[in-house]
Amino acid sequence: MRVMLAACSALIGFATLAAAQPSGAPRSLQTPPRPAAVPKPVAVGALPAGSAATLIQHGHLHTVGGLGTLNDGDVLIEGSRITQVGAHLTAPDGAKTINAEGRPVTPGLMSSWTQLGIDEVDLVAETNDTTPNQAIDSAAFDIADAINPDSVAIPVARIAGVTRSLTAPPACSEVFCGTGAVIHLGNGPDLLIKRQAGVVVDLEPAGGAKQSKSRPDIWAKFRETLQDAREYWSQREGYHRPGGARDQRSTRIDLDALGPVIRGEEPLIVRAERASTIRQIVQFAGANRLKLILVGGGEAWRVARDLAQAQVPVVIDPNLNLPSSFSDLGATLQNAARLDAAGVTVVLQPRSNNPAHDAGTIAQMAGNAVANGMRWDHALAAITRNAAQAWGIADTYGTLEPGKDADVVIWNGDPLNVTSAPTAVFVRGERMPLVSRQTKLRERYRDLKRKTPPFGYR
Amino acid sequence: MERKLPLWGAAAIVAFVLLLAWAIIPALHPMPKDEAVADQFPNDQFPSTYKPLPSRPVVIRGATILTGTDKELAKASILLQDGKIAAIGAKVPEPPGTVVINGRGKFVTPGIIDIHSHLGVYPSPSNEATQDGNEAVRPVTAEVRSENSVWPQDPGFTRALAGGVTAMQILPGSANLIGGRSVVLKNVPSRTTQGMKFPDAPYDLKMACGENPKRVYGEKGGPQTQMGDVAGYRAAFEKALEYRDKWRRYWKSKSGDKPDRDIGLETLALVLDKKIPVQMHCYRADQMATMIDVAKEFGFRIAAFHHAVEAYKVADLLRRNGVCGVMWADWWGFKMEAYDGIPENIAMVDHAGACAMIHSDDPIGIQRLNQEVAKAMAAGRRMGYRITRAHAVAWMTRNPAYALGILKQTGTLEKGKMADVVMWDTDPLSVYAHAEKVFIDGALIYDRDNSRLSPRTDFEAGQEGNGGSGGAGQ
Repeated sequence: MRVMLAACSALIGFATLAAAQPSGAPRSLQTPPRPAAVPKPVAVGALPAGSAATLIQHGHLHTVGGLGTLNDGDVLIEGSRITQVGAHLTAPDGAKTINAEGRPVTPGLMSSWTQLGIDEVDLVAETNDTTPNQAIDSAAFDIADAINPDSVAIPVARIAGVTRSLTAPPACSEVFCGTGAVIHLGNGPDLLIKRQAGVVVDLEPAGGAKQSKSRPDIWAKFRETLQDAREYWSQREGYHRPGGARDQRSTRIDLDALGPVIRGEEPLIVRAERASTIRQIVQFAGANRLKLILVGGGEAWRVARDLAQAQVPVVIDPNLNLPSSFSDLGATLQNAARLDAAGVTVVLQPRSNNPAHDAGTIAQMAGNAVANGMRWDHALAAITRNAAQAWGIADTYGTLEPGKDADVVIWNGDPLNVTSAPTAVFVRGERMPLVSRQTKLRERYRDLKRKTPPFGYR
Repeated sequence: MERKLPLWGAAAIVAFVLLLAWAIIPALHPMPKDEAVADQFPNDQFPSTYKPLPSRPVVIRGATILTGTDKELAKASILLQDGKIAAIGAKVPEPPGTVVINGRGKFVTPGIIDIHSHLGVYPSPSNEATQDGNEAVRPVTAEVRSENSVWPQDPGFTRALAGGVTAMQILPGSANLIGGRSVVLKNVPSRTTQGMKFPDAPYDLKMACGENPKRVYGEKGGPQTQMGDVAGYRAAFEKALEYRDKWRRYWKSKSGDKPDRDIGLETLALVLDKKIPVQMHCYRADQMATMIDVAKEFGFRIAAFHHAVEAYKVADLLRRNGVCGVMWADWWGFKMEAYDGIPENIAMVDHAGACAMIHSDDPIGIQRLNQEVAKAMAAGRRMGYRITRAHAVAWMTRNPAYALGILKQTGTLEKGKMADVVMWDTDPLSVYAHAEKVFIDGALIYDRDNSRLSPRTDFEAGQEGNGGSGGAGQ
């Protein structure tokens, strides 16, 4: 997380909110609504689930896969999958066709390390499931238990082209922050694609306020917990018998959650900023055969060679160029391009104060990486294929290739430019309406002069 | 008939005058000169010492110029001379010694003005020692001024410069109902804050609606509710009215006891006198409507509502009352009063004929206000509005200058104005655009192609992490 919340938008350290007062009975209406004047609904219902085939024709296809870029290419979607990609495909009987008219077509974008689905309104506690409520670290804190498929932040991200998310706890400065999951942003109710997609660990002391832990504290705790997990798993059956194990710092459920991590099956998502911390965790992960994904990475470019050699994917916000703390004095706009040039798998991700709601700015991040020296196709890969690889879902998502889930976006212009937007979004074969709570609010207030119906009836 | 005054006579007169002055001046002494001279509250503390850096005449030739006045001039040129915009048009004079810059393929805009920044008061690095933006000790602190907190060595200033920002308003935070005075700065490297102060820019008063003051003071004696917020503003201005009356009576009678000076009430009295407009942090439509009524009750002027995520709901009200809407392109949802934010907000407020503009409130966001404007423009176009880029540019130049009361000096590319100018390497309303050259008062302050013209702060000097460089281009 960027350490400092915007000073005015949301103050640091919120106190307990006063209990909400129940509102009284609704006031009687002065002007009854006139049914005739009620505008037609803007929303279009979701189309039936991948029922018919859809052929997208004449797209400027950025497959991000083996087929590269096709200037005039077609994508055939059948059911939830892409079944063919190529030039001049034949539409099967009954298939819908969409003429992309040369517009760019890309895989759906993937947001990496956001709180999409677990954070409706950041400062409204009952809607915020991002961090353990007790001030303890916990690997067992599993956000898969909290995914809300009805979150209004999901359609907002989706109509900006985002179709997947690695939803995980934010950096918590408590060492172990919890377990993330991969979700899709299509129709619910079940959005989960992959549980236990990684355990978030924060190795940087909290910035901005009083330092609660210093680096040796953090490392001691980090090592001890992993050692405990190993010991626990080596004798798990006997663990609960009297004398079965020495006292452990962590609870049984935390040690359970760390099983796949110590076996190198589930990644540790480690937030580190300072070059020395990054070097240290890369060595540690190598020595202990842990699967590592680096997030934060303010100074990652200074450790680019080590990261490339150890094949550690790095999730960074390419726009962070300020010494926001003493841990990222080397933050620079060149970070993405330098890591990419060194052969690191770069994943781009906005790291705003408000990641669930800003998830749709991911294409802008990639555009900025390009503006600062990253190759355009690499930047697109950094928000699609590279994310798929990092989060272990590359077999089903990340490119426009036969056999992949049909997460497909048609754009009205350069997908990475801020003036562009999707004209069609498919998630796992379903075409999603370009509607969100925001578009509904917009229509309610589109015409302030119109007298009827009153605003409350629009 | 001419009479010669003897020498001793002249000397006697001089001596007499000096004697008189010696007798009178001490009597006046503790009183600030403004009070004595003009019977008004002083308003010129911490005067600007800003001096434009030296410059040679510059012509950018054959560029696309977005003037900030809704005009786009193709293949046009602009002459910057003696710190001012001396000429603009298809052909401009090139006085001897002029530096001519080939503007082919380039774009020229006025310098960007961020009306809402906390650079210097919440600087980088962010830590306990550098949190100087909120005097959160009680809900009304009209006596404080952001300029007394600004750390001119905040590296954020340099990064904003590389984003084309030539001036910004530095505001106190929003913990308080009345947070104190803001200050308008030119984005120039300086050892002192006074050295950055925009000459003759009016002061503004930061006030805040809604959740933040409640959150901070709800369990510290209040305000605990929105109605508590409003009662707090009204009580403060009621006191200011009394204070102003006391001083007016004193000035009028020229006798009686001099009232005690209260620098907080003095600021509020200047607000009542409309010498200091209010910059009001309000998210929700109903909060804005309420504040417009409070301003009417006491006769002060609200220049703009900041973070006005619901401005689109009351754009007509803003237009009618001449209050600007200061908005983000797409921030929303981080707290209850931001839940209804929409990306068409700026375009809708603009479309309704109200004054609309972008702001950052963020040291990263301030570096890309051009991209934020581009997003807002594109969102407006997608809902069917015709918005030219020439028009949209005003959301980050002319309109903030207007809301800050500095439009006569800057904010547009017009002859005679300060030469606060940015040359972009491509259409600035694109993610790929870079501010290539940034001029402030005609002086080249930042040049993307010349690392020697990439200012860096003391804090960054000699830090290993950034390779020892740091600075605007970092």
